[in-house]
Amino acid sequence: MEGKAFVSGYYLDDKDLVDGIRALQEKSIEITDVRTPFPVHGLDKVLKMRRSRLPRAGFIAGALGALIGFGFQAWVFTQAWPLNFGGKPFLSVPSFIPVTFELSVLCAAFALVFGFLMRSGLGPGAPNVIFDEEVTNDRFQILLEVKGDNSEQLQAELQSAGAEGVQHHDV
Amino acid sequence: MYVSPVREPLISGEKSYSKVTEDIYAPMTGKPGKLWFGGLTLALIALGFGLFSIFITVWDGIGTWGLDRTIGWGWGITNFVWWVGIGHAGTFISAILLLFRQKWRTSINRSAEAMTIFAVMCAGLFPLIHMGRLPLGFFIFPYPNTRDVWVNFNSPLLWDVFAISTYLTVSLLFWYMGLIPDIGTIRDRLLPGLKKKVYNFLSFGWTGSARHWARHESMSLILAGLAAPLVLSVHTIVSFDFATSVIPGWHTTIFPPYFVSGAVFSGFAMVLTLMIITRKAINLEDYITKAHLESMNKIIITTGSIVGIAYITELFMAWYSGVVYEQYAFVNRAFGPYWWAYWIMMTCNVITPQLFWFKKIRRSFLATFIISIFVNIGMWFERFVIIVTSLHRDFLPSSWSMYSPTWVEVGIYIGTFGLFFTLFFLFIRAFPVIAIAEVKSVLKTSSEKFIKKGK
Repeated sequence: MEGKAFVSGYYLDDKDLVDGIRALQEKSIEITDVRTPFPVHGLDKVLKMRRSRLPRAGFIAGALGALIGFGFQAWVFTQAWPLNFGGKPFLSVPSFIPVTFELSVLCAAFALVFGFLMRSGLGPGAPNVIFDEEVTNDRFQILLEVKGDNSEQLQAELQSAGAEGVQHHDV
Repeated sequence: MYVSPVREPLISGEKSYSKVTEDIYAPMTGKPGKLWFGGLTLALIALGFGLFSIFITVWDGIGTWGLDRTIGWGWGITNFVWWVGIGHAGTFISAILLLFRQKWRTSINRSAEAMTIFAVMCAGLFPLIHMGRLPLGFFIFPYPNTRDVWVNFNSPLLWDVFAISTYLTVSLLFWYMGLIPDIGTIRDRLLPGLKKKVYNFLSFGWTGSARHWARHESMSLILAGLAAPLVLSVHTIVSFDFATSVIPGWHTTIFPPYFVSGAVFSGFAMVLTLMIITRKAINLEDYITKAHLESMNKIIITTGSIVGIAYITELFMAWYSGVVYEQYAFVNRAFGPYWWAYWIMMTCNVITPQLFWFKKIRRSFLATFIISIFVNIGMWFERFVIIVTSLHRDFLPSSWSMYSPTWVEVGIYIGTFGLFFTLFFLFIRAFPVIAIAEVKSVLKTSSEKFIKKGK
């Protein structure tokens, strides 16, 4: 984000925000980011966001966890050191289920959380720029990137789209 | 947005978004009160005593406990199961109630999840100490070693290791991921300085971007879907510790569902006990209302009744099985030397929650507070009864024995209370007790302000 400039406008209600976004979209102004204090439902459709692939990542990691969990137990009790427990079969599938289940949940959870953090560029001390500290309180913010010298024009567009206040930011 | 005309508001008072932030942030600002310092001091003293008792156990050996060859599991395992049970409410509230789209979850999930994590930490201590040699605790993990042996994957005790460590990890991840937007909120309220830097670090650079929120929602939903069966699996596996043995009174197929409902029952009771005090102490009465109380009490009465039915089923099955040992185990429980423990359990767990059928009682903070303490006591005695009464008179009358704890065992139990409350007091000051962003997201459908407007 170094060396870029942005124009931001804020709204005080999520409904106004969605109306504002629609107004900007009609004029085909590219919206860089929308920042809200809580998840606004339906915003993903308005902004035409792609569906997150996190569930898929979670499924793959969970399946891997299950395979590793089951495979390892099976290997230990049939290959590495077969132990006879009261004449029961070495490959005693039912008793491998709990550990297999726990490992698949663990792996899927790690994949989901780290996938979320990495895709979003979040992490301990991530150097993200916060343009308006009230966004985490009660402001719904639209961010537009300034290209060339259209800052004034973008500010006017935001204002006409109903923004309560607009501002120019240099990063 | 659709506002239900029937449901009562979950957030009372005229709250705007910024008022929500302000109210929930307030207890974190300023100097903590006398109550907080007093509570923390008490908790630290208890923790210190617990650490001393653990030291005695490790230094002098497990002989300092009241156990013998007949009764190998006493307070240690009783307390372990009790704490794990308490640790079931948080993830139940945040995962299962998220899947059921229960909006009242938003005001209590954060603190309940914190309690879950602290309770599971307390629980995990007991098996570790019980093994006797703390520095060799890592033996429970399958790691390549010079002896070339692996752990016994057929043992429920090992499943416990996996279940509880997974549960702790996933609960922690879930809780912290829910926290980062709120830590961001706190960061943005702070004046520049070291504290702000620390919170910025902890907030993972949260910006509130719509893309992040979309992913966050998607992640939370799937995590909830994973955590829901996980919650059920943990106490199921704990119950396997007993159910897969051949001890009369333990060897029962009813154990998994019976233990899981008992766990949710006791967990909710503990959450209620603490939340009723906390909401008063830090002025969150508008966020944790009678509506929340009633919803939670309904879960208490459901799970409590399942536990009651399980007790009666056990008795019936003992009689119906025709096995003399099984029958003796239950007659001995109810009328043997530990009859008092059995009847405390029966009264606290079966009778007291039934009082919640009365609307007045389940909507009263005082009554709920008292009943929740009864439930906590009753559920502790349930574990004590299951463990001690089943063990103390085994197949060989010459080895029959009686058990009472020594001060060392009592000390470790007190110490876990110390650990739990120390962490809880620090949590209240360091992080928002209520999920700020989540409360804001239900404000328009569930707050008094908007429900009035809808009418």
